[in-house]
Amino acid sequence: MNAVQIDLKNAETFPSRRTETWKYSDLKRWLREAPEPSGPVAVSGEGPFATLGGEALAFANGRATGADAFVASGVQTLRLRFVSDAVNTGHTASVRIAARAGAKLLLLESHEGAGSAYVAHNRVELDVPAGAEVTRVVLVDEPEDAISVTNAVVRVEAGGLYRQTIVTTGAKLQRLETQVSHGAEGADVRLDGLYLLKGSRHADLTSVVDHLAADGTTSQLTKGVVHDTARGVFQGKIIVERGADGTDARMGHHALIAGERGEVDAKPELIIYADDVQCAHGNTVGTLDESALFYIQQRGIPADEARALLTQAFLIEVVDRIEDEAAREVVRAWLTARL
Amino acid sequence: MLSINNLHVSVADKPILKGLTLEVPAGEVHAVMGPNGAGKSTLGYSLSGRPGYEVTAGSASWNGQDLLGLDPAERAAAGVFLSFQYPMEIPGVPAMTFIRTALNAQKRARGEEEVSAPAFLKQVKAASQALKMDFDMLKRPLNVGFSGGEKKRMEILQMALLEPSLLILDETDSGLDIDALRIVSEGVNALRRADRSMLVITHYQRLLDYIKPDKVHVLAAGRIVASGGPELAHELEAEGYDKFLPTAA
Repeated sequence: MNAVQIDLKNAETFPSRRTETWKYSDLKRWLREAPEPSGPVAVSGEGPFATLGGEALAFANGRATGADAFVASGVQTLRLRFVSDAVNTGHTASVRIAARAGAKLLLLESHEGAGSAYVAHNRVELDVPAGAEVTRVVLVDEPEDAISVTNAVVRVEAGGLYRQTIVTTGAKLQRLETQVSHGAEGADVRLDGLYLLKGSRHADLTSVVDHLAADGTTSQLTKGVVHDTARGVFQGKIIVERGADGTDARMGHHALIAGERGEVDAKPELIIYADDVQCAHGNTVGTLDESALFYIQQRGIPADEARALLTQAFLIEVVDRIEDEAAREVVRAWLTARL
Repeated sequence: MLSINNLHVSVADKPILKGLTLEVPAGEVHAVMGPNGAGKSTLGYSLSGRPGYEVTAGSASWNGQDLLGLDPAERAAAGVFLSFQYPMEIPGVPAMTFIRTALNAQKRARGEEEVSAPAFLKQVKAASQALKMDFDMLKRPLNVGFSGGEKKRMEILQMALLEPSLLILDETDSGLDIDALRIVSEGVNALRRADRSMLVITHYQRLLDYIKPDKVHVLAAGRIVASGGPELAHELEAEGYDKFLPTAA
């Protein structure tokens, strides 16, 4: 599961649609040249998860404002902030996070974009050892003309527990990639996503989960709504390696196209080399139910509000799966404000 | 007063209503009966503004206010309530949240003060009791997994809480057993008021044993072809609609 290694300083490393895993997100088309490096910028505010407190790691235009790594022990909350405030320039941030055995980490990641037409590249490495529990909740809020690629490499060892929810409103071209090496033997992974795209925005939620040993579980639910001419991409691949018997893997992707020229590309893949596994995937793409819309309006709710109500009702299932109540409520409010 | 004059409505360019004229004075209950395909549901949808029901001629007003120029939500705020033959299921939206959102949207549109959550809760409890509804049902997503009878009761509950002034009941009896029909009809009868009009659209006379109309109209081939007192409904039940149907050339 070698992902394309992007180096912002070298345009030759930018994938185009000719690379199979990037065929729906043609980075090269929007980024022909390596961008000039972004200058330094100050971080303001505390980010969307401010009310949840905890520790914080912040990157401003790629530069760590303090430490660039974190090791969690015990019960901890970490706010990981990727702040971009740049115009026509690019930057790369790299962070390494690990939990100690027995640790319970709530990782609250925010991508806070300002400025315009910047290129952000983020790399997250995350280690979840046996007996650790990590919940990663990601809110991505970027300008409509920004380009960003985030690649998270997550190692979940045998007996580890990892839960992830990515929520995004997209950008000009935005790719949020997660690679999970799944140590199985009781390890449990949940990988959820939500995209709400307006205008001509693009979001690509791509994931690869590699079950390396027996008796691991993966549950994946991604839901999206595209308005106008927006484009949503979901690529989910689950690999069950030889010997990974007893794997239980479930993947669902469901999208609504709310604009007549919106587009959704979905590529769910289950690649199974083991026996005695339970694997299933479901994929649906539909439109807002016109009869339901009329029914809601007939009761006095104006058309825009009726659409937002149905959109939220469709998407909220993903938010409801976030176990941490405080994080869940922040995400719910964040989403409601953007419907 | 509901006043419909020479209403022509097409669906997908096919004329369905062809010059329908009808008046329902305030406080009266009028039944519209007709065979399948006469345009009964089209009448309800046209008055409530469903997209795809194109008015090509004529007028419809409620208490002097033109309805046809308003969007569906504006008509609701003006007092129009259409009880659906098949009420929609709205997953993800608890029934109580839905009704309060609708009530407050209507109040905002009319420039009235919104109702607070505690005050609304009190109203809902009283109204659901009167309809013998399990209060827990109101916490569930609207109509999802409800039986036909439960859905109709939910429609009546919405009427009781939204307090519309013009009720249009589209085939309210369909899918109901006798017990559910009685409860739903009692709910409707409890809503009769001097300043409220009702249009009861039905194929069968059965419903009119429970909801007694002041007048009965026969709708056939897109027009009102006969009007009379409650006895007209019994006549139709006995003799059928044949004599009102256009004869084949």
